[in-house]
Amino acid sequence: MKPAPFDYVAPASLDDAISSLAGGGGDAKVLAGGQSLIPMLALRLARPTLLVDVNRVPGLDGLREASGMLEVGATVRQRQLETWAAARSSLFAHVLRHVAHPPIRARGTVVGNIVHADPASELPALLLALDGVVVARGPRGERMIPADRFYRAPLTTTLAADELATAVRFSLPPAGAGWGFAEVSRRHGDFALVGAVAVMARAGDGTVSRVRLAFFGAGGTPVRAVAAEQALTGQVATPARLADAARTAAAALSPDGDIHATAEYRRRVAATLAERTLGAALDGSGGAA
Amino acid sequence: MTREVRVTVNGQEHRRRVEPRLTLADLLREELDLTGTHVGCEHGVCGACTVLLEGEPVRSCLVLAVQVDGQHVTTIEGLAPADGPAPGAALHPIQEAFWAKHGLQCGFCTPGIIMSVSAFLRERPRPSPEEIREMLAGHLCRCTGYHFIVEAIEAAARALADDPHRR
Repeated sequence: MKPAPFDYVAPASLDDAISSLAGGGGDAKVLAGGQSLIPMLALRLARPTLLVDVNRVPGLDGLREASGMLEVGATVRQRQLETWAAARSSLFAHVLRHVAHPPIRARGTVVGNIVHADPASELPALLLALDGVVVARGPRGERMIPADRFYRAPLTTTLAADELATAVRFSLPPAGAGWGFAEVSRRHGDFALVGAVAVMARAGDGTVSRVRLAFFGAGGTPVRAVAAEQALTGQVATPARLADAARTAAAALSPDGDIHATAEYRRRVAATLAERTLGAALDGSGGAA
Repeated sequence: MTREVRVTVNGQEHRRRVEPRLTLADLLREELDLTGTHVGCEHGVCGACTVLLEGEPVRSCLVLAVQVDGQHVTTIEGLAPADGPAPGAALHPIQEAFWAKHGLQCGFCTPGIIMSVSAFLRERPRPSPEEIREMLAGHLCRCTGYHFIVEAIEAAARALADDPHRR
């Protein structure tokens, strides 16, 4: 189908972008890569009256790594992060390979994917697992929204209609941390039926100093398994403890059933993937995070 | 509301006034008569409309025409060398490989696949069959069962490796 008519502006400054958004009276949408928005327009699931194209706004295209933090600006394509990751992070490289397909990644932005808030998408769960932050700019100034307070429901976040997500920040795992990533999908590049990502760091005595486990495709939002993380922290991560933590994590999920998979199937697969990803994070089989 | 767009397609510059909701795919087909770019699903799933934008493969149904102002697009019509003995009649090595290996039946998905493959082989001149299948997951073909497409891409990779200046 074809999108319904809308007006279009391509502001050349951040201030103009924010005032255009505010001027849209809640009916304006930000256009960056367009790989989620344009399908929604074509299917007429969204009918904004104004698109604010931020691709010409200077200063949103930065990809910066500094003191354990990776900041990704609003117009950085998934493909650019993939290129960065090829040299810098096996975790990001592995996750990005699972985000749609090369022509989508060439155009789709990292921030757009995260803000679109599809619960079955990989990058929102990665943002949760890496204690990420969304940087939001609006008429009232700038604020930082932690990932664990960002997602509310499918395609719904705590970003206000007049706010622009100018960047996201990931805390990069400490040197020596391990990671695991797994998803089940019908075809490579599809949204996951269920997926999990785990990151684990250990202290000198071998006990778990920090662990993160996040699921996608397992509920209305990406989910962090906080109880399971707490159960493992400070412990020696034996296979039995990982299996226990995985069961705890999966039991706390409220996945939805649909034509692709039942809720019960998703919960069982989530338990299996949690155990696998925690195991991979422990033995470092994925390489340096 | 319409806006003027200036875009270079296959080396030729065009200017058009378009509505913001016009997609790049429809600009190519309806305004510029370049109907080699096929439109299947119109929401980014099937891959039939893939073209190169500034050398990168993109779904032309997921890019607005107003967004490509000042940029360069290559479509299937611009892939083959235009300077051969019969301009436009020669095939690119990837097209030759699809022809030789029966990598198509109805041909609807083929232009999109070939544009993707042209970018893919630049990056991975010697892809494994697994890498080819991973890349092809972004393209739906309802005729072939994909086996001959994989073989065609392997043949194209070999041909381009032997004759890299035709890339």
